[in-house]
Amino acid sequence: MAVTVEAVGLTKTFSGRERPAVDHVDLATEEGEYLVLLGPSGCGKTTLLRMIAGLEQPTDGEVRIGGDLVNGLPPRSRRIAMVFQSYALYPHKTVRQNIEFPLKAEKMPTEKRRQRAEWAAELLGLSELLDRRPRQLSGGERQRVALARALVREPSVFLLDEPLSNLDAKLRATARDDLKDFHERVGTTTIYVTHDQVEAMGMGDRIVVMLDGQVRQVGPPQAVYERPADTFVATFLGSPPMNLVPRDGAIVGFRPEKALPAEVLTGGRDGHRTWTLDVHRIEYLSGDRHLHGLATGLGEPTPVIVRLPATVLTPIDAGTTHEFVVRDEDLCYFDPETEMATDGPAG
Amino acid sequence: MVRLADRDGFLARLMLLPAIVYIVALVAVPFVIAIAYSFSDVTAGDPSYDWVGLENYRANWRDPVFGQSLWNTFLFTLVTMVLTMVLANILALLLTADFRGKWLVRFLVLLPWTTPAALGAIAWLFMLDSLLSPIDWILWQVGLLEDGRHMVWLGKPGLAKASVIGVQVWRLVPLAAVIIMAGQTAIPDDINDAAAVDGAGFWRRLWEVTIPLTLPVIAVAALFGAIITFTDMSLVRVLTNGGPVNETHVLASWAYTKGIDGGNLAQGAAVAVFLLPLLLAATIAILRAVRRWEVT
Repeated sequence: MAVTVEAVGLTKTFSGRERPAVDHVDLATEEGEYLVLLGPSGCGKTTLLRMIAGLEQPTDGEVRIGGDLVNGLPPRSRRIAMVFQSYALYPHKTVRQNIEFPLKAEKMPTEKRRQRAEWAAELLGLSELLDRRPRQLSGGERQRVALARALVREPSVFLLDEPLSNLDAKLRATARDDLKDFHERVGTTTIYVTHDQVEAMGMGDRIVVMLDGQVRQVGPPQAVYERPADTFVATFLGSPPMNLVPRDGAIVGFRPEKALPAEVLTGGRDGHRTWTLDVHRIEYLSGDRHLHGLATGLGEPTPVIVRLPATVLTPIDAGTTHEFVVRDEDLCYFDPETEMATDGPAG
Repeated sequence: MVRLADRDGFLARLMLLPAIVYIVALVAVPFVIAIAYSFSDVTAGDPSYDWVGLENYRANWRDPVFGQSLWNTFLFTLVTMVLTMVLANILALLLTADFRGKWLVRFLVLLPWTTPAALGAIAWLFMLDSLLSPIDWILWQVGLLEDGRHMVWLGKPGLAKASVIGVQVWRLVPLAAVIIMAGQTAIPDDINDAAAVDGAGFWRRLWEVTIPLTLPVIAVAALFGAIITFTDMSLVRVLTNGGPVNETHVLASWAYTKGIDGGNLAQGAAVAVFLLPLLLAATIAILRAVRRWEVT
């Protein structure tokens, strides 16, 4: 049974602070959705999650879970489960006792509790580890115990606070797959907080990009990536970030991989914009070439980065000038005053 | 030429010297003298040393006051520690909670500990006075005691023992609370949050999370408290001086009464030395337990 989570005008100002950590956030998940809150450190994403969990009381606004107002309810009455960045396993309890703890708090009979804990352990491949203590587990195993403890109660909503950030890079990739698989199997509404755009892009049904306590954009990964709502989203997402070129009355943006050497284009140049790049430096990164240089012909001369995929073989040397094209539809326009996306130049 | 202060280890030894002199002169030497006296017939009137073997220990063992003191030492330590640990845990929980004027309350709570033991005991002597006790007055006001009657706190064996224990608890709770509080604040916030999300209420969190995670710290506080109580003589000395009729003597106060007041240095030393193996055993047992908790 999947439920929705809604935030209505949700605001949190910590005492002694002038600026709210979370500032009038309106947000609603779909049923069974995997929603990712993405933003730099201190953008308020964790505070938002903690207010949904009931660990933090909002200064203003409402939290609704499954349509019911849950403001003022303690976490245990919200049918939510949370996985913490540090996993927060009870160090003095065995894996089994850790997983059983939420059920014990529900006063479930011992026998049933044991079965449920074993079911959860089975689901996450922890059956062999039930009698170990957290200290004796690897990072990945601890993370799975935290997940097992969260799901054993069959909550209506999963709240995950950067659950992968304590894992090493290799483990993180597999853990990401596991998490996504797991979500597809149980179909529980999930809110996932991260500052890692790769996690956000790879896992989210939709991404919520936050900055300074405010939601900057909500949308599916592709839409957020290709049509950023403002210059912050444009440069926060993507590696290297979107190139922004000032032009009178507007800022023109394009993704580094959307530019191609002009000679690669075999048809006409209709629907393309041509410009030149003074190539200063070339980096080879996993087969792709990153060209750093000065772009002219798009607006004011501006330093940009162009990412040529390994399949583009055009010889280009540092210190030369080269003609490039970008499809008109790949250009984004922003208002230089508000930094918000616009429709682009009239005509 | 190498300067003396540059020589490896010289400075370190120099710095350690005062501490070593202090320990040797004020701990090691009296300790050795006490052991030596306990096997002799040295008294204040006749300080010549004659070996008598275990005679002092045997004499003590036959002495009913020694038996009473031994029993009291264990009884006071045990009851004091149980009460102290319960109250200190409660106090620590209250003090870690967030409220206005927290610093003032913390300061007030610590005051009994900063008061010298003898001074605190003298203040309590007045509180428990047979005629002027303010506690009696309060009992009159709330109607628990008939007007004009007195509890005579220090005059009846049972009440006197309870009074000694009560004052000792009053003195030890602040220190224990501060130690336990440090342990409680060391629990990561995430763990407490996880317990809240997992649905644990206050009591479950207390018994299944807070106390197990602070157990090593509680054990250290208990060890300190137990040793302080076990070896303390000033409280009994000031409060009851062992009375009524030697009912409240502990080993330390009895050793003092026998050895210094009574002048029988050898027998007093034997009483004092009797504490040693007990303390040693208790210390080793508790330190072992602490280490085991840390490992698991």
